[in-house]
Amino acid sequence: MTGAEQEPDEATGLEELMAGFRRSGRGATARFGAAQAAIIRDLVGQVAELVGGDTLDEGPPDDHPGEPKEGLDDDLASADDLAAMVGLTENAELPSDPVLARLLPDAYEDPEASGEFRRYTEQGLRSGKVAAARTVLATLPPKGGRVRLSGPEAQAWLRALNDVRLALGVRLEVTDDFDDQVAHMGPADPRAPYVGVYQWLAYLQETLVRALSR
Amino acid sequence: MSVAPAEVERSETSEQAVPDMPWVTIVWNDPVNLMSYVTYVFQTVFGYAKPKAHKLMLDVHHKGKAVVSSGGREAMERDAETLHGYGLWATISHDS
Repeated sequence: MTGAEQEPDEATGLEELMAGFRRSGRGATARFGAAQAAIIRDLVGQVAELVGGDTLDEGPPDDHPGEPKEGLDDDLASADDLAAMVGLTENAELPSDPVLARLLPDAYEDPEASGEFRRYTEQGLRSGKVAAARTVLATLPPKGGRVRLSGPEAQAWLRALNDVRLALGVRLEVTDDFDDQVAHMGPADPRAPYVGVYQWLAYLQETLVRALSR
Repeated sequence: MSVAPAEVERSETSEQAVPDMPWVTIVWNDPVNLMSYVTYVFQTVFGYAKPKAHKLMLDVHHKGKAVVSSGGREAMERDAETLHGYGLWATISHDS
């Protein structure tokens, strides 16, 4: 396990929890409080579930060694997998869920060319996003603590955090003048509680980009 | 290293930057992706030096879109697929 470990908390102040990522070797490191870890894990898990659908329940190949595998379900699962595969292969349309449509966008203006591209690429795109999400879940302890990411793990975090922000951006109806909108957003606005999370995740991603940038 | 913002008049010519290449990958502006992240993705995916990646990012940001690569159709499809993996909004066009 290279990703994360928990350390005693005494030398750590709030400042470090708010500092985000800094460079460490070829990767990056950050410290997360329990609430921060819970928020990230919840949102990353939701996006993975949305993007991965049934495939999320399969045993992850290598980054989830602690998770038990249910050999008993293999036969059942394979029938489901086949259906899912057929479904995905036949699916050539832009997803109707706006979040999915943003995460799995059309590649051509022409619907026919888009459909063809989607047939060949969508499944790989979905599993790549799920794999990135799994890396976050595998390296971020549920109760928070110090996270140390290798280069590839940090890349996965970048993509997974970005997917979460894209999803929140759709739900929050983020536009170019979002800062103005936020300034005029009343406390009764149903988006209000998520705005702070959205902005914090932007900051966190920014620190991760900076930590990895050459 | 910082680079001066791209001049406005260059937008008209950006799609013909490499005239012999029939297909192009276009990245579209969106209000969520961070400018630093988009620059980083261009560096990582295409191996562009930071000034070029930064300029392309500014093109996307200010002009709404930018051609980020050009070449054969299959190569552009690979680029678009990779960019979708990073959450960028990329499309492929025939540059006729």
